[in-house]
Amino acid sequence: MSLKLGVPSKGRLMEKTFDWFAKRGLTLARTGSEREYAGAIEGVEGMELVLLSAGEIPRELAAGRIHLGVTGTDLVQEKLPLWEQQLQELEPLGFGHADLILAVPQCWIDVDTLDDLDAVAASFRETHGHRLRIATKYHRLVREFLTEAGVADYQLVDSQGATEGTVKNETAEMVADITSTGETLRANHLKLLSDGLVLQSQATLWRSRVAGYSEAERTALKALTGLIHG
Amino acid sequence: MSERSQTLARAARLRMNFEAAGAQVVEPPLLQPAGTLLDLYGEDIRARAYVTSDAVRGEQMLRPDFTLPVVQMHMREGAEPARYTYAGEVFRRQEHDPDRSNEYLQVGYEIFERDDPAAADAEVFALIALQLRGLPLRAATGDIGILMAAVQGLNTTQMRKAALMRHIWRPRRFRSLLDVYAGRSPLPENRLKLLSSEGPLTGSATVLGKRSEAEVEARIELLRQDAATPPIAENELLALEALMAVRETVPFAIEQMRDIAVDLPAINPALDRLDGRIAALKARGIDIDSLDFEASYGRTSMEYYDGFVFGFYAEARPDLPPIASGGRYDALTRQLGQGAEIPAVGGVLRPDLMLMLEEGQS
Repeated sequence: MSLKLGVPSKGRLMEKTFDWFAKRGLTLARTGSEREYAGAIEGVEGMELVLLSAGEIPRELAAGRIHLGVTGTDLVQEKLPLWEQQLQELEPLGFGHADLILAVPQCWIDVDTLDDLDAVAASFRETHGHRLRIATKYHRLVREFLTEAGVADYQLVDSQGATEGTVKNETAEMVADITSTGETLRANHLKLLSDGLVLQSQATLWRSRVAGYSEAERTALKALTGLIHG
Repeated sequence: MSERSQTLARAARLRMNFEAAGAQVVEPPLLQPAGTLLDLYGEDIRARAYVTSDAVRGEQMLRPDFTLPVVQMHMREGAEPARYTYAGEVFRRQEHDPDRSNEYLQVGYEIFERDDPAAADAEVFALIALQLRGLPLRAATGDIGILMAAVQGLNTTQMRKAALMRHIWRPRRFRSLLDVYAGRSPLPENRLKLLSSEGPLTGSATVLGKRSEAEVEARIELLRQDAATPPIAENELLALEALMAVRETVPFAIEQMRDIAVDLPAINPALDRLDGRIAALKARGIDIDSLDFEASYGRTSMEYYDGFVFGFYAEARPDLPPIASGGRYDALTRQLGQGAEIPAVGGVLRPDLMLMLEEGQS
């Protein structure tokens, strides 16, 4: 068997991952037709490239079906509550930077901090008869962050895309979403809470602690880490 | 016998003991409508309970405890006074602690009675202590009602008291609110800027979402009033802090709290109630002199308790959750009663943990 490396199967994340490894002497490439998710690795003996959706890579690592994988810190921490026991962070890759943040309408001029948010959530619930809705796809991370901060009387509503638009559509009062520049937020008349940074994420190379490693796979892993750190 | 059938047999025996003590057996359904639990506990409950759903009934939760369905049932159809017992599985997510069971048996005893709360508190505690006799356990007790009385008695605005009351069960937020109200932590710069501006402040940004401009303006007005409110007096603050730190055997704890009541006289009625409970416990043969009392006990994990609280812990096994726990939840009956309310107190036992400790002993 060979050492399996899971890499996002499309888009800029894939290209930048390929570039990152290329700089370290490892050539990753998609093979076959444009639509076929197959890949090849040159540079280290006994490795196999597995192309996957970035969102599935945490689960595959935790199940031990791949040995190594590239995906964002946000996805790992959202999907794997025990990620520290299941995964080892080998190397942050320096791209794919994104912050998971809390944002409220700019017209909430009285809200700047989590303290404000908590107070507003209480009076919002009293006035409107339901809890203040936060649209997000990062349920666990946001919930744990708000629990830790002692914010109550909010409600998470699921939003898998166009999250910033939910406030205008009145399906949520505020959002918790990934942003890299904040432009989309401003365009949608939203602003950051000053202490509302939930997580700073970037593309990272992870190693599964759960997967089994044969002699040959260990050798390949050693060769790979040598390239990365060398 | 297998471990599971032993646990079931023990659960059945405990429930029989509670029946013999006068309780009626109830069997609430496993699936509970999620809405009620979410309204009560907020999103935090999702981290603790399993949620499932279908297209017709919407979200349902596997019952994380019995108290809620038993209260609902009583408020719907119960006669007064009432004593209930039950035995069955509860389900808790343990994503951060996979060594803990996510499904286990609970046996409980609940009293709904208006006349003599002290006697009812003592009855539940003594009956549960009786089932646990012989096990190497330490009992912890507390009384959230004393802390609530202290907050209500502070010499400050209703708004500040309401904010503190709302966070009694979140010690960290309670602490930071207290620091602000005591003038210990400075107001954030953006807040000062907001408060120093004059005239109407809204109108410059695009109005967006369900929270109206009027709500924003109303809150700014409240913040202005609050900024002009004098800080909570030093002696009250020190007394409240001393109260939260009380951790003693019952007789010494009462002595300390009576001293504290000099600066916080509002807690005296709650302390009188504690005296009544202690007398009732004594009458039931509980050794009061060695019983622990912590004024902050039950503030972190038992959100619906608002009076007497207790737990029994295996001293040699600090890794285990409490073997038994319970308390008074008058406010919960008020919240679920749609206008009705009844004083209520109850507790639960973990037969699986009891068996585990017994095996360890032999």
